[in-house]
Amino acid sequence: MDFAAAIMITVITATTPLLIAALGELVVEKSGVLNLGIEGMMATGAACGFAAAILTGSTFVGVAAAIMAGMALSAVFAFLVLGLAANQVASGLALTIGGIGLSGLIGAGFVGTTRQPVPRFEFPDLSAVELLKDFPYISEIAGVLQFVFGQDPFVYVSLVLAGGIFWFLGRSRAGLLLKAIGENQVSAHSLGLKVVWTRFLAILFGGACAGLAGAYLSLVYTPFWSPGMTAGRGWIALALVVFASWRPVRLLFGAYFFGAATVLQLHAQAASLGIPAQLLSAFPYIATIIALVIMSVGRTSIGAPASLGTPFVPDR
Amino acid sequence: MRHLIKLAGATALVIGLSTSGFAAEKLKVAFVYVGPVGDFGYSYQHNEGRLAVEKALGDKVETTFLESVPEPDSDRAIEQLVRAGNKLIFTTSFGYMEPTLKVAAKYPNVFFEHATGYKRSANVATYSAKFHEGRYVQGVIAGKLTKANVIGYVASFPIPEVVSGINAFMLGAQSVNKDIKVKIVWANTWFDPGKEADAAKALLDQGADIITQHTDSPAPLQQAEARGKLAFGQASDMIRFAPKTTLTSIVDNWNDYYIARVKAVLDGKWKSEDTWGGFDANLVNMAPYTNMPADVAKMAADTEAAIKSGKLHPFTCPVMGQDGKEIECKGKGVLDDGQILSMNFYIKGIDDKLPQ
Repeated sequence: MDFAAAIMITVITATTPLLIAALGELVVEKSGVLNLGIEGMMATGAACGFAAAILTGSTFVGVAAAIMAGMALSAVFAFLVLGLAANQVASGLALTIGGIGLSGLIGAGFVGTTRQPVPRFEFPDLSAVELLKDFPYISEIAGVLQFVFGQDPFVYVSLVLAGGIFWFLGRSRAGLLLKAIGENQVSAHSLGLKVVWTRFLAILFGGACAGLAGAYLSLVYTPFWSPGMTAGRGWIALALVVFASWRPVRLLFGAYFFGAATVLQLHAQAASLGIPAQLLSAFPYIATIIALVIMSVGRTSIGAPASLGTPFVPDR
Repeated sequence: MRHLIKLAGATALVIGLSTSGFAAEKLKVAFVYVGPVGDFGYSYQHNEGRLAVEKALGDKVETTFLESVPEPDSDRAIEQLVRAGNKLIFTTSFGYMEPTLKVAAKYPNVFFEHATGYKRSANVATYSAKFHEGRYVQGVIAGKLTKANVIGYVASFPIPEVVSGINAFMLGAQSVNKDIKVKIVWANTWFDPGKEADAAKALLDQGADIITQHTDSPAPLQQAEARGKLAFGQASDMIRFAPKTTLTSIVDNWNDYYIARVKAVLDGKWKSEDTWGGFDANLVNMAPYTNMPADVAKMAADTEAAIKSGKLHPFTCPVMGQDGKEIECKGKGVLDDGQILSMNFYIKGIDDKLPQ
């Protein structure tokens, strides 16, 4: 149990930043905007979050700063693609490059600084409580409860986000309108929906999530800051959205599948199971391609919002 | 708006002209790093070397660097540095080997120095440090201190430099502890803190009680500290990241080498050659021995001194291969430099298969 729990905790830690960033991007893409700048926003979020946490000594301020930084960068992106109807792919790439550069500038003074990781919650060990001591299976139950309620706060935030987005996109009126805008921006506009305004909010939400994911990297995962520490996680988040065919529940499972695949391949190596390491490292990406192929066979659309990536200029 | 852009353009032009005006008198030296300067590891140490050059010869040279340059298409980055007027270019990672040679062939009047590679040409020199000497010392320490007899090794890519490091580590460990085992995880990256941390966690979960790494971030050290285990730092003294865990770090010291090579160009004496030094050449240092009993620290220091004086060679024959057969001894009682620089086998005692 201990060994399995240890692996699961590692999987959860590896998955959470991917999940948070991908959930944000899912909402952005559902509104019809493709933001390729996740990596840049994550990097800046990680830098700002770490810097603010070190300067103030408060994790909460750090997280808030990371979210704000992600939103600020995404607002720049929104200005380009919504205000100026600029090409979304080019703007997103520019955001990634700019964000990574900016993170280096912000973080330069904090290289080599460390702080304690954000602690996991501590759930009391029930098997040690006098009244419950003789209850059958108490140590197993206590272990499970400690596992379920003993993760770091970000993990619960990511799960709540997943549930919230599932409800928002599937069950709420606002979510339906957002999807309508993503499917057909011209019709939505002619129906009087606020295309630009909705997309602006969606982009800001995506930026906030990417910033939060960045904060997870520099405050929980590996509590220090260093340039390039996102190491391509923004791109994996982007792939996850496609892998999940733009559905929140699939995204949740997909993210955990990715996290589990990366962690288990490390375990397979440590146990010297004799599977080539390069193949194992490539496995999650191969799985994405296979999933895409399976989904696209026999279907006209793999679920991408129809207006995804198309610039929108009202009344033209 | 348009005026502003024009103004900016004009200013840039003036600045460009003025810097090139000054630069004509100074030797321009450039460095290409595989990771970020702030990795506090491998690239950080190269940059320390660059700063040492500036400090020593600042009035005669002008240095620049490019960081986090991906290895596959580094030729464009290197060529850009040539076009910017650099006359001496250090490319500091194994994967830059072919790109460096390719660009060097086009610009015979520019000097190149490639780290950790083995191919030279008229204007490409190579240099590297005997990191495996430090690994041997680490092995001795780990062999003495491990209680589980299992060491976790976070490795980057299966290239000779890393493989010889693993072997040297095990030889050092076996010299004091016959039962020691090593678990190796290839992260397939030089720098990805999250993945390096995950690799360290996997190794700790599987029973390792000491972690050593041949990747560049301090993340594995931090994980070991969080679990109350021991670990070694990589490339620079990483003790600030894990004060209760760090046993020592292998510290790359490029300062003297870089200053000497830049001076050689200034004096017109540069020539293409291979430099490969270890403790003796001051290219590799060990950070202070910490978090261990005094007798182990002394043993480590003695081992270091013995290697430095040439009394001890990490690859002293007979070296047994995984199959138990003796490796051919091409040096005088030791494996020769060529064998170490092209090492692609594990020694006896490593129960794993080397990825090819």
